Amino acid sequence: MTAFMPKNVNFLAHGTTVPNPLEQNQDTNHSIGTRARKVDGAAKATGQTLYADDISLPGMLHCKIKRSTRAHARIVAINTAPAETMEGVYAVMVGDELPTKYGIIPWTKDETPLAVGRVRHVGEGVAAVAAVDEETAIRAARAIEVTYEDLPPILSCEEAKKTGDTPETKVNDKAKVGNITKRVDLAFGDTAQAIADSDVVVEGNFYFCGTTHAAIEPHCAIGHMDPRGMLTVISATQVPHYLHRDLAWVLKLPANRIRVIQPAVGGAFGGKSEPFDLEFVVAYLSMKCGRPVKCLYEREEVFYAHRGRHPMDMKMELGATSDGRLKGLRSEIDIDGGAYASFGLITAYYAGQLLTGPVGYENYHFTATRYYTNKPPCGPKRGHGSVQPRFGFEILLDMMAEKLGLDPFEIRRKNFVGNFQETVNGQQMGTLGLNKVLDAVKVASDWDGRKATKQRGRGMGVATSMYISGTNYPIYPNQMPQSSVQVQLDRSGRATIFSGASDIGQGSDSVLATIVCEELGTELGDVKVVSSDTDLTPVDLGAYSSRVTLMMGHAAQEACRNLRKKVQEAVAECWRDDEEAQKFIEPGFKPKDVLLAGGKAFFRYNTELQMPLAKAFQLAEAAHGTLGATGGYRTQMRGGDYRGGTIGSSPAYSCTAHLADVSVDEETGQITIHKIWCAHDCGKALNPVLVEGQIEGSTYMGAAEVALEEMHYGPNPVRQGMLVGPSLLDYRIPTTLDTPAIEALIVEEPDPNGPYGAKEAGEGPLHSSIPAVANAIYDAVGIRLTQLPFSPNKVLAALRAQRAPTPNPDAQPASPLPSTAAAGANDAASTKFVS
Amino acid sequence: MSQAKSSLLTLKINGQKHDVAAPMHHTLCEVLRYKLNLTGTKQGCDKGDCGACTVLIDGAPVLSCLTVSGTVACDENRSPEITTIEGLATASGLDPVQDAFDRCGALQCGFCQPGMMLSARALLNETSSPSLQQIRKALSGNLCRCTGYTKILEACLMAAIEEEKGGDSEEAYEAMRKDALAVGPFVPVSNKKNGKTQ
Repeated sequence: MTAFMPKNVNFLAHGTTVPNPLEQNQDTNHSIGTRARKVDGAAKATGQTLYADDISLPGMLHCKIKRSTRAHARIVAINTAPAETMEGVYAVMVGDELPTKYGIIPWTKDETPLAVGRVRHVGEGVAAVAAVDEETAIRAARAIEVTYEDLPPILSCEEAKKTGDTPETKVNDKAKVGNITKRVDLAFGDTAQAIADSDVVVEGNFYFCGTTHAAIEPHCAIGHMDPRGMLTVISATQVPHYLHRDLAWVLKLPANRIRVIQPAVGGAFGGKSEPFDLEFVVAYLSMKCGRPVKCLYEREEVFYAHRGRHPMDMKMELGATSDGRLKGLRSEIDIDGGAYASFGLITAYYAGQLLTGPVGYENYHFTATRYYTNKPPCGPKRGHGSVQPRFGFEILLDMMAEKLGLDPFEIRRKNFVGNFQETVNGQQMGTLGLNKVLDAVKVASDWDGRKATKQRGRGMGVATSMYISGTNYPIYPNQMPQSSVQVQLDRSGRATIFSGASDIGQGSDSVLATIVCEELGTELGDVKVVSSDTDLTPVDLGAYSSRVTLMMGHAAQEACRNLRKKVQEAVAECWRDDEEAQKFIEPGFKPKDVLLAGGKAFFRYNTELQMPLAKAFQLAEAAHGTLGATGGYRTQMRGGDYRGGTIGSSPAYSCTAHLADVSVDEETGQITIHKIWCAHDCGKALNPVLVEGQIEGSTYMGAAEVALEEMHYGPNPVRQGMLVGPSLLDYRIPTTLDTPAIEALIVEEPDPNGPYGAKEAGEGPLHSSIPAVANAIYDAVGIRLTQLPFSPNKVLAALRAQRAPTPNPDAQPASPLPSTAAAGANDAASTKFVS
Repeated sequence: MSQAKSSLLTLKINGQKHDVAAPMHHTLCEVLRYKLNLTGTKQGCDKGDCGACTVLIDGAPVLSCLTVSGTVACDENRSPEITTIEGLATASGLDPVQDAFDRCGALQCGFCQPGMMLSARALLNETSSPSLQQIRKALSGNLCRCTGYTKILEACLMAAIEEEKGGDSEEAYEAMRKDALAVGPFVPVSNKKNGKTQ
């Protein structure tokens, strides 16, 4: 590893204390950066890994939740008698039994496990049963009779704006004004003046449709109240700690009587990052009947649980000087939130706060308003809240570059905010490898060579983005560590690490093991990772906002280094007293000259002097007593000094560039994405295979959102808030045949605030995938598509509009969706900004 | 208490015959997971959309969530061989497909992978050195949400090469990987298809 000493360090005092990896490390990266297999790989390859639904407890009952068929209605009566009298039914519950409101964000507690008095979206839970088997539970749930009194459903931001002042049209009581969950209005500098003073102004209306996570594992939870009064909940969750807290809150149980276990999770992407109805329901039903109760969502229920990407309607305006310096950005965003707040308060901030780098500007004004509507609640999906505005902004940049006659790479380089600088909204950047990621995709794609042979119908587009490596603050304010680990060394040479971090497939267990090996010299097979069990492991806040590697990594480093020091001292002591060893060591020999690597302890300057790690651990245990250590990480104060200024602040920021190669078939309107190159600056790839996997998976998910995916509810007067086709067949996620070739290019620009310089890799590489394709389509056929997804009818409509000399109303696609009616029929630049 | 009456089935799974009592309408997926505790077979959608429940029946990939268990039970005339993920590895080690998936980093959350690996196994049983397009087709019924399929395709290529050439395959693998990522000439697909230029 080369020593990394940043220049222009403005913000090093914040965050953590990793001034120089060379001093901290053993200056050999024997484990970090290797393409090692995952620690859980073999178990997964052989089908032995246990996911929530693979677990059965003796005497376990099965639960089914009765769900609303109405988008918005009062619950007049629920008759549970037919279910209760059914043979094989053990317990029935309704919403009134658990009336305490909860919510992942402490300031927006606005939902109950099951509906109380009113249903707010199709698919909301109304009642639940526990029965001897799943089929009986299904029959019993069906037998429950619910009488509804319909209320007018509010199904779009437009409707939500007009209504909300009467009890009938207020979707959620939590809204103080109308149907607004949260309105953010933040201004930095004088944006109106800056745009008025600009030489060139581009503007656009962009629509990002709602999409969902569609993890292949459906949500599943098991609740078990044991005879001692100890409640255990086993759940496919990304946030065992927050679930622990909310279970205590809603069930009115002391938290020290609850244990939450997160088994292996079959994908999450943000879709399991808050408590869901089933977790409370199985716990409560188990308390009612004293037996374990399991609930497994059907795929349809996963779509109703949702918490996926918010639909956003965005108006944006960007001004620049004639030499390409960006003057100001104005952005006005309407967010369709669904029936509950979820993470919506944060979403409204993220819609603006994460757009100020890596390409910066001098003035910025954004408003974002999240509305409650009678649809399944939206929440965080990979790249929470910032993917949507990134889509609009990167298209505007492309338009700006064209108007100025600049290369799309050039405009980005020219307006790079720079390393260790503060953005216009007061976020403190660390390293941002913008130039390197741009170079990487440009070279790998042979951009220049291909541009020279360009024909109409095929094109290339580029886009960039940045993302946080963890939010600076825990969701509930507290002074405790955001991530903690505990390490224990065994006389056999094994290390066991206990961590609350959630491995949801991204490989955090493997990252932990890698760090233990790096610091303590164990081999991967000699590390046992025990994770995400509130009885066994210290708290980690969960797998969200790309925080795990950075925060857990620091915690693990701290614990391991504490132990390493003891082991080194004990070995040094042993060698000092050993006659054989005297032949190798010299005066001035220090404990840090003992190198721990590959299952052995070596003398750094002559590796012939060595001993097995097991012996080294034994010496250390003899000298220091039982070998265990803890480590924790907590971020320091960062972010802008204004209300909301801490949202979007992070210890470190990643940086991404995507370059897409796309064909447009002008006869059918079909888009073919041939390939996407993605270069991502993750600081330091602790395991390049895992980083590549995150880059590829993110890029794929972005490509899917461009071309195929949409949570489709329309046409509203007919479907009344019913999701069209809540299945993996109708919600079209790409197969192997639909997915483009994806080339992941790792760029390392180590950040002083990351462990070994590492930053995030899990969400950043999604953002610019989408605008890169949009820009490539423009390059191919000259149409600016602004309304996702880019279905063939929208492509054809835009092509017809392009051929027509004046805007032709007939060119609108025959889509019943009001939100897609504009469908990019007009060039985005021609749309007027409404303030 | 379930209303459906159970009947006795004999299923030949991973080379062993198992007697199991299950209602006639239960799917193979349910019987494997909940009666025989072979939980390596996953259920993602329970209606044939995702492919996570794929098993092999006489070597061919089948969606176990759409297969009524009675239709693959042994009787006096036949005994269909059911292979689940638990039957892929042998005492001598992992199947080359499993090993390649692990080695290439194709296993992220791992939930879709048992089905994916069995589809890949079925392909390799039929085709010794499949093209990338053949692999894509063979796996198109198995949805994965984590990997973008990239490392899965790599793993299949690696497994195919290993089976054909044995251990020393780095060079052949690199060549195929390069091939897999290549995009071909920079011309519009529609033009190529119609044989015209605009």
